Amino acid sequence: MSILSFENRNKKLSGGLKKLMPAKISDVLSRFKQGDASELIPVLQAVQSEYGYISEDNTYEIAEYLNLPSSKIYGVATFYAQFRLEPLGRHVINLCTGTACHVKGSEKLIPVFEQELKCKAGETTKDGRFTFNLVACLGACALSPVVNIDSDFYGNVSPSDVKKILRKYK
Amino acid sequence: MKLKEMKVMTEKISRKKGTTKKTRSTNINEIDKNTNNKNANSKNTNNKIANSKNANSKNTINKKAITLTQDQYRKAKHIQNSKPIIFIGMGTCGLASGAQATFDTFRSEALKYKLDIEIIPVGCVGSCFLEPIVDIKLPGKARVAYKQITSDKVVEIIQRTLQKEEIIREWVLGKYPVEPSSSDEDFSDIPLISDFEFFKNQKKFVLSRCGVVNPRSFEEYIAYEDGFKALAEVLEEANPQKVIDDIKTSGLRGRGGGGFPTGQKWQFCRDAQSPDGQKYVICNADEGDPGAFMDRAVLESDPFSVIEGMIIMGYAIGASKGIIYCRAEYPIAIKQLTNAISICSERGLLGKNILNSGFNFEIEIKKGAGAFVCGEETALIESIEGKRGMPRIKPPYPATYGLYGNPTNINNVETIAQIAKILNYGPAKFAEWGINKSRGTKVFSLTGKIKHAGLVEVPMGITIREIVKIGGGIPNGKKFKAAQIGGPSGGCIPAHLINTPIDYEELKEVGAMMGSGGLVIMDESTCMVDTARFFMKFIQEESCGKCIPCREGTRRLLEILTKLTQKPKNDYEVVDRMKSMISLKELAYVIKDTALCGLGNSAPNPVLTTLNYFRDEYEAHLYENRCPAKACIGLLSFRIDAEKCVGCGLCKLNCPNDAILGEKKQAHYIVEEKCVKCGLCKSNCKFNAVILE
Repeated sequence: MSILSFENRNKKLSGGLKKLMPAKISDVLSRFKQGDASELIPVLQAVQSEYGYISEDNTYEIAEYLNLPSSKIYGVATFYAQFRLEPLGRHVINLCTGTACHVKGSEKLIPVFEQELKCKAGETTKDGRFTFNLVACLGACALSPVVNIDSDFYGNVSPSDVKKILRKYK
Repeated sequence: MKLKEMKVMTEKISRKKGTTKKTRSTNINEIDKNTNNKNANSKNTNNKIANSKNANSKNTINKKAITLTQDQYRKAKHIQNSKPIIFIGMGTCGLASGAQATFDTFRSEALKYKLDIEIIPVGCVGSCFLEPIVDIKLPGKARVAYKQITSDKVVEIIQRTLQKEEIIREWVLGKYPVEPSSSDEDFSDIPLISDFEFFKNQKKFVLSRCGVVNPRSFEEYIAYEDGFKALAEVLEEANPQKVIDDIKTSGLRGRGGGGFPTGQKWQFCRDAQSPDGQKYVICNADEGDPGAFMDRAVLESDPFSVIEGMIIMGYAIGASKGIIYCRAEYPIAIKQLTNAISICSERGLLGKNILNSGFNFEIEIKKGAGAFVCGEETALIESIEGKRGMPRIKPPYPATYGLYGNPTNINNVETIAQIAKILNYGPAKFAEWGINKSRGTKVFSLTGKIKHAGLVEVPMGITIREIVKIGGGIPNGKKFKAAQIGGPSGGCIPAHLINTPIDYEELKEVGAMMGSGGLVIMDESTCMVDTARFFMKFIQEESCGKCIPCREGTRRLLEILTKLTQKPKNDYEVVDRMKSMISLKELAYVIKDTALCGLGNSAPNPVLTTLNYFRDEYEAHLYENRCPAKACIGLLSFRIDAEKCVGCGLCKLNCPNDAILGEKKQAHYIVEEKCVKCGLCKSNCKFNAVILE
């Protein structure tokens, strides 16, 4: 197991953690051209990086700003894996289940994580401490299986490492 | 006036060695002035040249922005450097191996030792298993690469190499050749890095700059292998058709999957009529294949090559707008691209009137939001337009009706990155590499059960056996079982076909495809049924849902495969498994024939190839409920051998689900219903008492 750290990686990957003092939705939207439907995905990305997720209220705001039906916003937000409609936990765990990681046994890590966290993949723990995601490929295939928590990366993770890794995050 | 300015500038540069900031700003002013002058002269003639078909006359362009002075060149090539330079490989794989800590330690220790050094973060050379790789260039000496330099080795490097100028032999990976023109001292007893086992049989073309140059440095891009020379020549010749003819001559085919001839694709788009004169070129950097990361490496390590390729592509087609559609999961790549684009805009290589040629071109980055199907051309276009990334019905093809209804050309990163290099190298000479209709080189990301995982670039026509050899073979003395090539759309090539050459057609013949270049090696402990199920699960999740064969068909395929990898609970399930197995092949062919887009058409490939080549494994699962590779956890059970167990309690302690019971110093046992089959007990048992059945 190897540990490393790099800034902002996860922020962009999972759409970002909740900021302490988020900007107003109107300020976020004002960075984009009003009524330009092609900006929808960048807008959703900006909203998510500000608030950590896309709330129902914000969906209506975006719809009005871009002059689109809110059903369309919902459609796009649910289509792409990046967008979340529910808030994230304090730490986001991304377990890679790409081909290389699968071959190296990342699937065996899933039940271990689920047991430790007492929540299923794709869910957030009850205490809001972790969100556990399965992702397709983190692009660090040479170090498979790879787990990414916030801005830290763990390579060559074995089931017995899981407890040790999780202990670091409060 | 101009001449005078130029003279002043060169004087300034020669006087102020090293203060690149100053020279840069004067440089920009110079270009701004030039562009302003020219703009006034040639109003409304923008893109005239790009659109005009007759182009025998040569265009005069201003090459100043891409010409380096002697000093700039020497600095960019680090010739006769005055202080030691440390190059640290900081691509994603480098960072994932701890390059950031190495970087920080170098910086803090250098301060402590009062050393005046320069630290340059570079990209990835492709040998991920040796990361973090640190190159050191002592003043006036050849550049030497060290492997696996974690932060704890930094102090020793500082003490021995930097202070005493001693090369630490056991860490050496190889040296870089010294510039022929320089008087840098060579280390005659250190082998060249290109002779290192992993690199020896590779042919670096697309990746030639990766890991060598600083991806943030415009000057280094120009100094190494004539960056922007191809663009200058293209603009000077002012003959877009010739560029397309050159690409056709080179025999280059799309490296993103389908393998469509690039020149032909450009021709279609160039010939297409646009309603409002607008055409687009798109760089597809949505590398979604799990297990493929060569595009990421190119974007992170050599972003300027992609930019140059896009400008040339835009010029040839007559497009003034380029879009790079990049995965949001590649933040470093996006950062490097953004930096490269802003430098190019400053230097007059993007924007209006590029190099005074009258050609306008700009590039915008669009971040993908995580959808594998967006790798498909028309889905990608939909996504850029802000919609759900669902493929369109073809025809019309993007070449005639693409982004916002305008003619659009889409190529993948690896294809675009080699455009300038092909033009520089000579299209005819490029076409000499490879076999049949596959020309040039191909980058593979070699992963899975292989000793040396990483990026390998090989000439087309090389066999899979040779690639496995480059990767050092299979670890732990196991046997090669299959190579999965082409990602979820590709297939598994079994051991008896290991001599299949890398060729678009030959790979198709054995049921696989070139794909974007993921090459996952599997050994005896990989179950092929499980592999097929894995890919089907991926495809099923990523299927956009537009057409029924893909949406429903892949779900049914996944259900059948999942049933196979689990023990049937009752007689009904036994019969059900048999029945569904009979229809597996037929269902796969129906999806292949009727799905709307490339994703659906190729979705059954992993199932069909494994079924074809590993029928015995399917049969073992079906008839005997047995997984020969012991990988399908649904068919396995863990048991504790009561005779061997000494009751130490280690397994009980480590079990995540409290599935192990037993008193201390007495044999333990596993409650099967509670066991999640993680294998922790087996890996923790010191007495080999846990048996896997």
